[in-house]
Amino acid sequence: MSNLRGAYIIWYRDLLRFWRDRARLITSFAMPFLFLVIFATGIASVFEQDGDGGFDYINFVYPGIIGMVVLFTSIMTGVSVVWDREFGFLKEVLVAPISRTSVAIGKALGGATIATIQGTLMLVFIPFADVSLSVGGAFLLIALMFVFALSLTSMGLLIASRIRSMEAFQVVVQMILFPLFFVSTAMFPTMALPAWLGTAVKFNPVSYGIDALRQAVLGAQESAMFGIDLFGYRMPLVLDVVVIALFGLIMGTLAVRSFHTTE
Amino acid sequence: MGKIIRVENLVRKFSDLVAVDDVSFEVEEGEIFGFLGPNGAGKTTTINILCTLLKPTSGTATINGFDVVRQQNEVRRSVGLVFQDPSLDIKLSALQNLEFHTGVYNVPRSLSKQRIEEVLKMVDLWDRRKGVVQNFSGGMRRRLEIGRGLLHYPKVLFLDEPTLGLDPQTRFHIWQYILELRKRENITVFLTTHYMDEATVADRIAIIDYGKIIALDTPDALKRMVGGDIVTLKTENAEAAVAEISEKHGIEARQDSEGVFFEIQNGEEFIPILLRDFKSGLQSISVRRPTLDDVFMKLTGREIREEAGGVAVMKKQWAMRTAQGRGGRFH
Repeated sequence: MSNLRGAYIIWYRDLLRFWRDRARLITSFAMPFLFLVIFATGIASVFEQDGDGGFDYINFVYPGIIGMVVLFTSIMTGVSVVWDREFGFLKEVLVAPISRTSVAIGKALGGATIATIQGTLMLVFIPFADVSLSVGGAFLLIALMFVFALSLTSMGLLIASRIRSMEAFQVVVQMILFPLFFVSTAMFPTMALPAWLGTAVKFNPVSYGIDALRQAVLGAQESAMFGIDLFGYRMPLVLDVVVIALFGLIMGTLAVRSFHTTE
Repeated sequence: MGKIIRVENLVRKFSDLVAVDDVSFEVEEGEIFGFLGPNGAGKTTTINILCTLLKPTSGTATINGFDVVRQQNEVRRSVGLVFQDPSLDIKLSALQNLEFHTGVYNVPRSLSKQRIEEVLKMVDLWDRRKGVVQNFSGGMRRRLEIGRGLLHYPKVLFLDEPTLGLDPQTRFHIWQYILELRKRENITVFLTTHYMDEATVADRIAIIDYGKIIALDTPDALKRMVGGDIVTLKTENAEAAVAEISEKHGIEARQDSEGVFFEIQNGEEFIPILLRDFKSGLQSISVRRPTLDDVFMKLTGREIREEAGGVAVMKKQWAMRTAQGRGGRFH
């Protein structure tokens, strides 16, 4: 019971901080705006000269941008534990009479909630991306974002439990976050990729999360041509979710174990 | 009154460094118990073991009857902590910080509002409860941390250098709170400090140096170890003065940065005797009662306060240790 309340209050604190920091909420629109409205428009203008066989790039990339927002917010929130350590607050948490597991669960849920809120805010770009999303579809999308975010926040926590300095934080962004984003299905479809890159994309769990979001936004039919082939089999939404959930479970378990041994 | 803290043969090593070296002591319920020693003596390491943040290499410790290794949650519920370094969420308000604490310590919801009000009033922050901690002064933050440490009605309050980096006036106020608190709640206070004057508020003091307790007694008893008042002289020729005092009065005087000093009973009465045809060019003379600083000096041959100041001091310490051949802690 005390563990449950402990996890709840840790989740609540993360949300409180998020709410207090509304400036971040507004600036968090800047990057997706640049990617979707500027970058994607530019790329799309190149594609359109191809005539048929092409596809609407903005339409395609929109779920990728949602995925990008979820990815960046989740990992950053997970890694924010490093800040708590730096500013001493982590000690207050670690001497409290609650288990490390409930601390990690509270943190993971906090990060996942914030990332899901940020991802959901991206729905304001629906008219620009020219997609139609039913109310049911929107709820499915939000649920998928949450599962995706939970896995990624767990990964962020695992990283945070292993790094000690603020300097290492920059390295994490450069060496983990950017590769995870670029070597995924976020910005380009897999169908025409050279083999080396196509394989790398398939090894990246983020690809499956983004594929799931894309299937929810565009519908199974529309998104079929962009899907991921595994062993000659096109990944359906359910299997995407299984991959990402399994990944999250592993990351979460490792994160909890890591917190037990390092603090 | 029972023993609220029992520590037996506690050892903590960090690879080759022995931070806590076979320490044993007991603390009575309701007592103010002080840990006094220079930086790096092992004070914080001991506190970290007692509050379950660190595991001992060997030895046992119990708080409120609970073992710090096997009954971590019970120990955590029994203690309140004010760490040496700040541990507040500065982005949240005072109230939100305290609400977080009642949450993680599972203070019943029906009680938490009332307790939060109580501690905020005790530390004089009730009017600022909605203020964001970021805008608080160092003293206010410390007071808030002390209040927070009391929220779950701990049996023992640990204060690790509670007034470090605060101005004298704020230090004085914080001590007033702590003393009043002890009177009101009969709480046990375990404090570490390297400020001598602060340590004297304790009922008993353990002087710790290089991981070992080298003395443990009441402040008065410790001061009696020095053997009288301290007479300090400034002279033109320190060596000559030492020789002269030894020759005429059979007293072994020593030199330090302040000048020449020695200990003697009834110092005021001795001064006229000393000054009768004193030859070594006296510039000034003073008599004072012994402080804990003198006790530390007597026990270790070093001053505690000079070690509070950075790299230069550390180097000096190194040089002294090598010269004394006492066998440093690095092997």
